[in-house]
Amino acid sequence: MNKVLFSSITKKLVMALAGLFLLTFLPVHLIINLMLLKSEPEPFNKAAHFMATFPLIKIMEVVLISAILIHISWGLLLQIQNWLARPIGYVSANKSETSFFSRFMIWTGATVLIFLVLHFFNFFFIKLGFVPGNPEDFYSAAHYLFKIPAYNYIYLTCFTLLGFHLYHAFYSAFQTLGLNHRIWSPIVKVIALIYAVLLPAGFAFISVSLWLLR
Amino acid sequence: MKLTLKIWRQKNPKAKGNFETYKMDDVSPKMAFLEMLDSLNKKLVEEDKDPVAFDHDCREGICGSCGMYINGHPHGPVPAITTCHLSMRYFKEGDTIWVEPWRAKPFPVIKDLIVDRNAFDKIQIAGGFISINAGAAPEANSILVQKNKSDDAFDAAICIACGACVAACKNASAMLFVSAKISQFALLPQGRVEAVDRARAMVEKMDEVGFGNCSNTGACEAECPKEIKLVNIARLFREYYKAY
Amino acid sequence: MGTLTSKIPDGPLAQKWTNYKASVKLVNPANKKKLEIIVVGTGLSGASAASSLGELGYSVKNFCYQDSPRRAHSVAAQGGINAAKNYQNDGDSVYRLFYDIIKGGDFRAREANVYRSAEVSNQVIDHLTALGVPFARDYGGTLDTRSFGGVQVSRTFYSKGQTGQQCLLGAYSSLNRQIKKGTVTMYPRREMLDLVIIDGKARGIIARNLLTGAIERHAAHAVVLATGGYGTVYFMSTLAVNSNASAAWKAHKKGAFFANPSFVQIHPTCVPQLNDFQAKLTLMSESLRNDGRVWVPKIKGDARPANDIPEEERDYYLERRYPAFGNLVPRDVASRAAKERCDAGFGIGETGLAVNLDFRDAIKKQGKKAIENKYGNLFHMYKTITGIDSYEEPMQIYPAGHYTMGGLWVDYELMTTIPGLYAIGESNFSDHGANRLGAGSLMQTSCDGYFILPNTISNYLADQISIPKFATDKPEFEETEKAVLERLNKLISIKGKQTASSFHKRLGKIMWDYCGMIRNEEGLTKALGLVDELKEEFWKDLNVPGKIDELNMELEKAGRVADYFELATLLITDALNRKESCGAHFREEYQTEDGEARRNDEEYAYVAAWEYTGEAKPHTLHKEELKFENVEMKVRSYK
Repeated sequence: MNKVLFSSITKKLVMALAGLFLLTFLPVHLIINLMLLKSEPEPFNKAAHFMATFPLIKIMEVVLISAILIHISWGLLLQIQNWLARPIGYVSANKSETSFFSRFMIWTGATVLIFLVLHFFNFFFIKLGFVPGNPEDFYSAAHYLFKIPAYNYIYLTCFTLLGFHLYHAFYSAFQTLGLNHRIWSPIVKVIALIYAVLLPAGFAFISVSLWLLR
Repeated sequence: MKLTLKIWRQKNPKAKGNFETYKMDDVSPKMAFLEMLDSLNKKLVEEDKDPVAFDHDCREGICGSCGMYINGHPHGPVPAITTCHLSMRYFKEGDTIWVEPWRAKPFPVIKDLIVDRNAFDKIQIAGGFISINAGAAPEANSILVQKNKSDDAFDAAICIACGACVAACKNASAMLFVSAKISQFALLPQGRVEAVDRARAMVEKMDEVGFGNCSNTGACEAECPKEIKLVNIARLFREYYKAY
Repeated sequence: MGTLTSKIPDGPLAQKWTNYKASVKLVNPANKKKLEIIVVGTGLSGASAASSLGELGYSVKNFCYQDSPRRAHSVAAQGGINAAKNYQNDGDSVYRLFYDIIKGGDFRAREANVYRSAEVSNQVIDHLTALGVPFARDYGGTLDTRSFGGVQVSRTFYSKGQTGQQCLLGAYSSLNRQIKKGTVTMYPRREMLDLVIIDGKARGIIARNLLTGAIERHAAHAVVLATGGYGTVYFMSTLAVNSNASAAWKAHKKGAFFANPSFVQIHPTCVPQLNDFQAKLTLMSESLRNDGRVWVPKIKGDARPANDIPEEERDYYLERRYPAFGNLVPRDVASRAAKERCDAGFGIGETGLAVNLDFRDAIKKQGKKAIENKYGNLFHMYKTITGIDSYEEPMQIYPAGHYTMGGLWVDYELMTTIPGLYAIGESNFSDHGANRLGAGSLMQTSCDGYFILPNTISNYLADQISIPKFATDKPEFEETEKAVLERLNKLISIKGKQTASSFHKRLGKIMWDYCGMIRNEEGLTKALGLVDELKEEFWKDLNVPGKIDELNMELEKAGRVADYFELATLLITDALNRKESCGAHFREEYQTEDGEARRNDEEYAYVAAWEYTGEAKPHTLHKEELKFENVEMKVRSYK
């Protein structure tokens, strides 16, 4: 059974399924973030409160965190195995014509992970009151953070790399599910591109607006 | 043409290898890459030196024996060919050419540019066949096969097991190789009977001999001398899922 | 030893194989496990024989010099495989296939063997299809066929231009199945260096592990050679560069007669030589002649690009000389016709040693797509090698050494003159007489390996069941191994200046010039002297760096070239002996007024089987008379 659970293909499948779930979460997060653009804090804080307390969301939170953890740990496991599969490397760098983004998944993934850590710390800091103001007022806290240029630089860099990660991840997941089709696959690639550009761009738009326009 | 060759030399599997530099003064653009190495070896043998060892046989791109990592590409920079078909007309006066053996844990170096690809045979032995004894076959035309399926099966079946997919893959994954055989049989009614066992057995063996995992990067497809496509890998996934 | 009994069964031609199978001795399943068989070679005949013998339950040891059995040179056969299925309703039958092979071979093959292959060919197609060989299909899902040189029916099954690869991989897959089952043990990267004979019977081989240089002894109840042909005696040929005749030659020196060595097929459609270091010539499948038209300019030395030469200034010499078969004449005829035009000064290209193979008209008529579907990979390969796009301008082609009809003499059971030693596939003198028809090779090797040998070998093995497994420390093994080592030592200690390949190349040139497509007494006699001289130089000035007990590719080559010197002498001797022109063997002295081959059935309707009598001693000729009871010996005409 272990041979099945930990076969190279099953591991990929787990990665793909966890990844796909995360892909569905991001738009939800973006919609909530868009409320930051409103001039009054109420809608955003309400949404944040709802997300923090509604029982079903609570359950989803567990699923979400598990998906993140599985995606990360399986990704690391796969990567380590992949490194072990070529103990001695080449001297001349590989010049094969491949999707540029697919080569750096572990690194773009790692950047996103660092961001996530930072992101969770933010919550932590806000709760602990390191960020000035009411600890329940995430709206003001976010506005405060996005006024810090360094925070914006980190934020923008991470989201650019997230875009890279998402672009390969999106169509790669379909391939892993065995869905490769002469007509549909090119369309999936276009959707992947749109998704990978629009989502990070949405998040970036919010951060830049808060930083420069307010 | 004058060229500089940097070739990996390694006396035996245990020895530490290194790159040797060879200056080539008189390379004709009409030579094939291996003929250029032949000319180097002729010179080395005449000087009573150890010639560069490399696998080669048919020299017409079909046996799959030859394979070298040339300037960052398995089988050199020209797509859809094997090393034996690589013409020197693709190189320029004064070029430096780096020649390395395939690098992967399941492909240990035996000597110089020769690697042991027995791992591929092991995978095929695990399930790359249709179980039928000589004499037991039904009349050939009693098995009808849709033309497009038969054509797709052929396009997968032309794999020559050279190992370029593994050599190109950043993960040293053998997925394209395995998927080619799985696809050929999965597409034909003759192969469907054992499809489930085959996918299971071949993937298990592939993992066991130590190939890396596929990350859908597509270097294998880009470098395959027989232009075997990634759709075959997707089909392998489907076949594998069906097995459970 | 010294006599030829072909063991042809009684009865009418069409009943012989059935009768044989009905009366052959069998081995009971429990005993089969105890019987060991060595199969040398993993080409289509070797792999199919090893797997089929494994399926029957014998213990098989299979050897090949490549790193994997799948790389044997059957893999390179392009065009197709013949069978008498008559799926096209075009009048084909087992008899017609038999007749075409006999006629194509210019009446120098054994009727009973040829008929059997024709008969078994249908079973082969069934079996290969069941194994998952992706043969080309029609839209209705049935198998498609195409026509090939020398015949007027469409009976050739094919997988684009990779039929050999697909057939071989089919055999490789059944071999793998047996390896998994444990009935076959695979020994890759081993080269057979001698045959071990105990009490007059073949009982084992001495092999060298090519990775470590270790000399190994392997014993068995019977030995099967499936080691291919000796076409690389010409150095450049369409064969793999490591293909060699050493195993067969060693068996010959141990007492197996060598039959018709001079019957060598020169293939008409190959890529011409491009440079001095070229190691081989690449075949362009004969199937191309289905749609390609062969021509040269009518003006000597016309240097215009092919497309600039107008229709009326082109000489479609095959269509002109052979109106009935046109571009589809058999290989020997097409090769000689090309040589004739080039020798007369009409050749094209830098060397003048090439002719055009033009697809202009076919593309015009059928469209580029149709041509691409049929020959796409061949056009691709041609472009890869030469840089020329054959959709736009004609291919340049020239003949090259390709297939050897000659080989170890075998009887109806495929046993050589050494009891317990079998030869199958191209390594035997086969069914092809003096010339092989296209797509006949895959057919014969598959027939031999899958269906014939597994049925005939039991006749011998049935009497061997009381003999226990052999120990390899018997004196016969020791002596043979000693001789093998002595020779390796001799090769490595010459310490001269020249490489084995450079000798091979010079030998090949002698053979090509004097014993190639066209031969004559004067040239052949001269060649004998030249080969002797070169052989002497070889044993004085060869250099093999390195040691015996390590991976040493120069040592491997040297041993093969050394054997080729001896084989070359026999080949020339046979060509000298056969004072007639038949099939691929064309003696200038024996031709009709319009330059066609003149056979001499009164004096030469026999198989020339040569017996080795010792170092530097002349071979003894044994004749197996060929009786034609079912066909009328006619002048082979394709006009």
